[in-house]
Amino acid sequence: MSDALPTTPEAVRQRAAATSNRKRRRNRSAPRQWRRRGLMAAYIVFVLLPIYWLLNMSFQSNTEILGGLTLWPEDFTLEHYSKIFTQSSWYMGYVNSITYVLINMLLSIVVALPAAYAFSRYKFIGDKHLFFWLLTNLMAPPAVFLLPYFQLYYTVGLFDTHVAVALAHCLFNIPLAVWILEGFMSGVPKEIDETAFIDGYRFPAFFVKIFIPMISSGIGVTLFFLFMFSWVELLLASTLTATNAQPIASVMTQTKGASGIDWGALAAAGALTILPGIVVVYFVRNHIAKGFALGRT
Amino acid sequence: MSKVYNNRAWWLILPMLLLVAFSAIIPLMTVVNYSVQDVFDANTRFFTGTEWFKEMLNDPALQAAVLRQFAFSLTVLAIEVPLGIGIALIMPRKGWQASIVLILVTMPLLIPWNVVGSIWQIFTRGDIGLMGWSLRELGYGYNITASPVDAWITIILMDVWHWTPLIALLCYSSLRSIPDAYYQAARIDRASNWSVFYYIQLPKLTNVLVIGVLLRFMHSFMIYAEPFVLTGGGPGSSTTFLSQSLTTMAIGQQDLGPSAAFSLIYFLIILLVTWVFYTAIMNMQKDDIKAEA
Amino acid sequence: MEWMVWTTPTLVFFLVIAAILAGMTAWEVISPTVERKGFLLISTTRGDRLFIGLLSAAYIHLVVVGFTPLTIWVALGASVLWALILMRWG
Repeated sequence: MSDALPTTPEAVRQRAAATSNRKRRRNRSAPRQWRRRGLMAAYIVFVLLPIYWLLNMSFQSNTEILGGLTLWPEDFTLEHYSKIFTQSSWYMGYVNSITYVLINMLLSIVVALPAAYAFSRYKFIGDKHLFFWLLTNLMAPPAVFLLPYFQLYYTVGLFDTHVAVALAHCLFNIPLAVWILEGFMSGVPKEIDETAFIDGYRFPAFFVKIFIPMISSGIGVTLFFLFMFSWVELLLASTLTATNAQPIASVMTQTKGASGIDWGALAAAGALTILPGIVVVYFVRNHIAKGFALGRT
Repeated sequence: MSKVYNNRAWWLILPMLLLVAFSAIIPLMTVVNYSVQDVFDANTRFFTGTEWFKEMLNDPALQAAVLRQFAFSLTVLAIEVPLGIGIALIMPRKGWQASIVLILVTMPLLIPWNVVGSIWQIFTRGDIGLMGWSLRELGYGYNITASPVDAWITIILMDVWHWTPLIALLCYSSLRSIPDAYYQAARIDRASNWSVFYYIQLPKLTNVLVIGVLLRFMHSFMIYAEPFVLTGGGPGSSTTFLSQSLTTMAIGQQDLGPSAAFSLIYFLIILLVTWVFYTAIMNMQKDDIKAEA
Repeated sequence: MEWMVWTTPTLVFFLVIAAILAGMTAWEVISPTVERKGFLLISTTRGDRLFIGLLSAAYIHLVVVGFTPLTIWVALGASVLWALILMRWG
């Protein structure tokens, strides 16, 4: 908006005032700017320090780790990473985790889109109570459901499959998706739906061709949250799997051997679990910032 | 926005409903069934009525866990919400710094919960951890396996590290949606920073903060993996929170009946808190609509 | 269904809940609810009052079972009475 030329005298005056103010502010608040950057830097250090320590450990041999505290790897080694990438019991943990996360994201978003549309556009019997019930599932502690889940998936023959974990994570991911998407959809004016229907669109065509592209950043944010909560959950994931679909979280427990903890492998495995997250944030970084503006801001 | 009354909307809800019901209602029914019986296996079980509920409600260890849980949840909320708002306010809005800061700040959110525990375990150990070692070098006898105070502070620090980004992220997104014109108007009026925050930014933040507080409350209430990995609930039971008590009972001791009864009590607490929150949010939004109209 | 270890009391419990929900839906279709403010001081619909009734019934049961020597039937009676009061004047 600031690039367009002002057209009314009012706008011209406003713009001049804004520019002069900005200049004045820039001169006046240089120390404030630096204080702001300093605080930000301090927080970033607080965030990064534990992660740096993890990386530091992952590049040290176990004798160096236990031999004494070193601030950086003096005897730089990739042995832990090469172990993870060559032993299938290790790297399959990552593959399994990513598989069930992707299945879950797909399932959740496909059923949540129409449901969120219904909540944002229509009133119907029991709508508020249904929405509240969904929210309560978001809050249901996984610990409560551990045993019945085990029994349920064992009975239907899904135990130790990726689908089982993906379905179990739907418990909290679908309500979350509906909640976030409903906010975004309510931000889209209803006139758009009406115009499309007058133009002769039927609901499915309208929904896929017009409506979904309009809330694409909302979908991006939703997918980010779905990824996040499915990727980080491990209690259900490790209870519902044994060997075939074992998530990386439970593979990591095998670092606890008889002779103590294999710190290096633990650190390397941990460091690798951070990577997919960074990739996902990188892709949605612009959507995250813009995204919530469309939602309930 | 005025909504149309149309019961055919149920058809749009149906697939979602079936999927969630499969994951939520069947297991919940099973928990209720467990809670009134002493179950050895599907064929060997005895009806016990309300006995487990009586036992669980009067169990001092569980009562202590509930109190500890509330203390923990309220403490982390009290720290994370103001800190998150503060960080959102100082995060750069434009340019390459904005992207980098955004990615760095978000990072802790995307680390699996047990890895968060491991990271802090490695970081705080007295012999090999940077923080533990430094504190000891400075002369403070830091030991999370012996001192409940150290364990508590460490867990709270870990949770702040882990979850403040969520609040910060929500607030940041919301702040970015404030049109520049508002700030310009404030500058022309020579508004102080504080009044810019109070009259322009905070009202905009309220809605996302409600979401943030709700999400944070629930997740802190069911915290399990991080303290389990970091302290194992110790020293003693000073950092044993509700989920851990429950999991120990259900998986460790295979006490299906008592743990089911305990689950239901736990669930009812959460249901009540959620309902209070939800009603508050809905009434707030209703007031907003009235104020606009 | 064997693994769900059903018992008669829990089966009855869930059937009653299902019946109440079905009944409320039918009632809503026949005569839609009007939001109103009663002694609860927040405006509620019929469904809201039912939910508040059920939730408080659960807490009444917990208190009676956990901390008093009374039988559970006292709790049930009190809950039904309280729910009716809520539905009528809440």
